[in-house]
Amino acid sequence: MLKMVPAKAYRTYIFIWLALLVLTVVTWLVSYVNLGMMNVVVAMLIASFKASLVALFFMHLRHENRLVLAFALFPLGFLLLIIGGTLVDTLFR
Amino acid sequence: MTDQEQRAGHSSAAHEAESPEQGLETAKLGTWAFLATEVLLFGGLFTTYIIYRMKYPELFYTEHLKLSRPLGMVNTVVLITSSLTVALGIAAIKRGRQLAARVYIGLTIAMACGFLGVKYVEWSEDFAHGLYPGTNLFFSLYFMMTGLHGIHVVAGIAALSWVLFLACRGKFSEEYSTPVEISGLYWHFVDLVWIYLFPLLYLVG
Repeated sequence: MLKMVPAKAYRTYIFIWLALLVLTVVTWLVSYVNLGMMNVVVAMLIASFKASLVALFFMHLRHENRLVLAFALFPLGFLLLIIGGTLVDTLFR
Repeated sequence: MTDQEQRAGHSSAAHEAESPEQGLETAKLGTWAFLATEVLLFGGLFTTYIIYRMKYPELFYTEHLKLSRPLGMVNTVVLITSSLTVALGIAAIKRGRQLAARVYIGLTIAMACGFLGVKYVEWSEDFAHGLYPGTNLFFSLYFMMTGLHGIHVVAGIAALSWVLFLACRGKFSEEYSTPVEISGLYWHFVDLVWIYLFPLLYLVG
């Protein structure tokens, strides 16, 4: 599978970079607004959105085959399992 | 031996050298498998962070205010920009633009060093204010997480420097750029970890 790298790729990268910068400023500004528990939720949602942009565009996951996609996603399932499993233990002990 | 001869030899003698495309696919899959182990390595620390943060919310709140938000912000911008330059470097070498690729990879390394420089300033200030890894739970996690991330930055600098060295010797082209791509993937991962570390430690601690 030879991927085409059109001139458009450069523009996409710059666009994603600008989006990441804007989102970074947004997280930073939101941190000065007191939303209580929602601060963490908002910060993590923005971080996950940024991470998705990096993975899909910079790391080309958008163009990868299903096997690579599965390799990229399965550790996230394990991570949720570790965090969830540990929380179940520490919260209800 | 030309590319076509290589491919002809490949079909007759199975399990011989792979074609460049196959080699790239294999290398990428291997890199993603490695990154999976990296996710779980950091995952343990993130889990610890979550557990203790829920247990001692006031401690995390008061202690995180002692970190420098402006410096954390600068480092976030530096790392995101270095992710851009390494992506541009890969795109450049895939179009055969040797010089552009070298410049982009060089810029990425420079920004990675800049990131470590800022980190050095931050840690020095922490130490000057009597904040050490043993000070309290928050700072234990802060030094451990940013430290482990810093080690990954150093590894990234090493990998990218090697790639730059090979690039300067003209080892890469439109057809072959596997080492550039996989070290790029690794560098993006280092950026990904920081995308979560920055808000967790500096902003909502």
